[in-house]
Amino acid sequence: MADKFYELTAHELSDMIRGKKVSAKEVAQSFIDRIGAVEERVKAYVTVTPEIALEQARAVDEAIARGEEIGPLAGVPGAIKDNMSTRGVLTTCSSKILYNYKPVYDATVVERLQNERFVMVGKTNLDEFAMGSSTENSGFFVTHNPWDLSRVPGGSSGGSTAAVAADECAFALGSDTGGSIRQPASFCGVVGLKPTYGRVSRYGLVAFASSLDQIGPITKDVTDAALVMNVIAGKDQRDSTSLDISAPDFTKALRDDVKGLRIGVPKEFFGQGTDPDVEKAVMAAVEVLVGLGAEYKETSMPSVVYGLPTYYIIAPAECSSNLARFDGVRYGLRTKNASDVISMFEKTRDEGFGAEVKQRIMIGTYALSAGYYDAYYLKAQKVRTLLRRDFEKAFEEFDVLISPTSPTVAFGIGELADDPFAMKLADVCTIPVNMAGIPGISIPCGFKGDLPIGLQIMGKGLDEETLLRVAYTFERNTEWHTRKPQI
Amino acid sequence: MVKLTRKDIESVAYLSRLELTDEEKDKLTGHINRLLENFQMLQELDTDDVEPTSHVIPVSNVFRKDEVTPSLPVEDVLANGPQVAEDCFVAPRVVET
Repeated sequence: MADKFYELTAHELSDMIRGKKVSAKEVAQSFIDRIGAVEERVKAYVTVTPEIALEQARAVDEAIARGEEIGPLAGVPGAIKDNMSTRGVLTTCSSKILYNYKPVYDATVVERLQNERFVMVGKTNLDEFAMGSSTENSGFFVTHNPWDLSRVPGGSSGGSTAAVAADECAFALGSDTGGSIRQPASFCGVVGLKPTYGRVSRYGLVAFASSLDQIGPITKDVTDAALVMNVIAGKDQRDSTSLDISAPDFTKALRDDVKGLRIGVPKEFFGQGTDPDVEKAVMAAVEVLVGLGAEYKETSMPSVVYGLPTYYIIAPAECSSNLARFDGVRYGLRTKNASDVISMFEKTRDEGFGAEVKQRIMIGTYALSAGYYDAYYLKAQKVRTLLRRDFEKAFEEFDVLISPTSPTVAFGIGELADDPFAMKLADVCTIPVNMAGIPGISIPCGFKGDLPIGLQIMGKGLDEETLLRVAYTFERNTEWHTRKPQI
Repeated sequence: MVKLTRKDIESVAYLSRLELTDEEKDKLTGHINRLLENFQMLQELDTDDVEPTSHVIPVSNVFRKDEVTPSLPVEDVLANGPQVAEDCFVAPRVVET
């Protein structure tokens, strides 16, 4: 039996490839075989790209043979969420309306990974246009949680987190508008980082809610998250909201040290519906950090309880505008039943969009319509200011804030399908972070039975380094991240 | 509190350019009204003197250098078009003749 290269982290693979202990081609083949063995049960991918992977791996091996200097992600197999543009490779957003769409350019994050010679193994499933918390809203199929195939992987980046958890890639990219990297990372027992808004270019990411969307890494450990951040972070001329601040070397933040660190635990993040086992695991994690020299205090952020309704006005408002571009004219689906141009728009969109997407477009259109704008959208923007202020105030006193990533562990497929409010509660702890534009990371901090529990660490804007240091310290002193699902 | 009728839903659907089935209209009417009820809790907050946040980062008027860079080739731009002809996307007639 071949070596199980697919079980290794990105930095372990990188060391072996650069140390010429294994070829990039052998590594790529190992992941392709792994996908062949488990994908039928996990269904993490919309598109698998073995030919591209082998071709890119061959180029890495040739570069090594020529004695070229290669970067830390060279030859490392990664997966891309299917809402990020990949030139010539299907990019569907898991929507029927883009079932045949092949972008003619790469997203900046993809281009940067390719410049580092990563190996692309596929495009991962998501809730249609990243709208959902379970990947059940995919227009194609549901992804299964590798820890328990009858449960959801979370969402919307559930394909990416399931692929990492099932060793179907060494790392993946996700996007996070209200928790779409962190919540599925929590459900699948992997690391998921949402960077500060503006840290990573959104060029080529199919827009959902432009003031909230941010791309980030999904990895097997904290070191890998820093490695991927080193590649994707930084100013991009093609995204005017990307910050003109040079990104640090994030691997320098990986220090086993939390002495004197001030941790705040805001009680509003442990609201109604929080599983007592999740709360217990999160507080035990805080105690681990206290045992290593950190200090912690309970605190209060009153506006956090208004996060959900605020989000469900702002995100749909922005989505209703962003998704206006899908009209059957330039790409994707076009209805065959149109009589005139308006009916072509209406029928194409009715046939192409799923129920959740239609609902959000409708809410957003209503919230922005004349006469209701002040009551909904403007009000929500003002509450967003209150949320920002609460975070600013908390960070005067604390270096990081800690909470559960999600109030529960992964729920069953179909379990919450008829209760949209219960589903939305899965994002109650992650949404405020997007509202404030600050960074947040989810790392595994325990299990309820066989199901992973996620710890969310939140930091000041542009202070991913402290998040990574705290997460790294926790990981070095615990063993939760070493467990793997039996598939 | 405003409660949306089915007629309201139809007009929002028109603004959204969505042709909904009767079943979808019924479902959305109930669903959106439940969400609007939930939004009511925001009215508890006094926000009269609060500035709205549209973006969290303080950047505006971001310009790049005014340099000509290559555009995408026309055939690439048209490659995904459901119907194309003479270097154009074809759509149903808009102007009456």
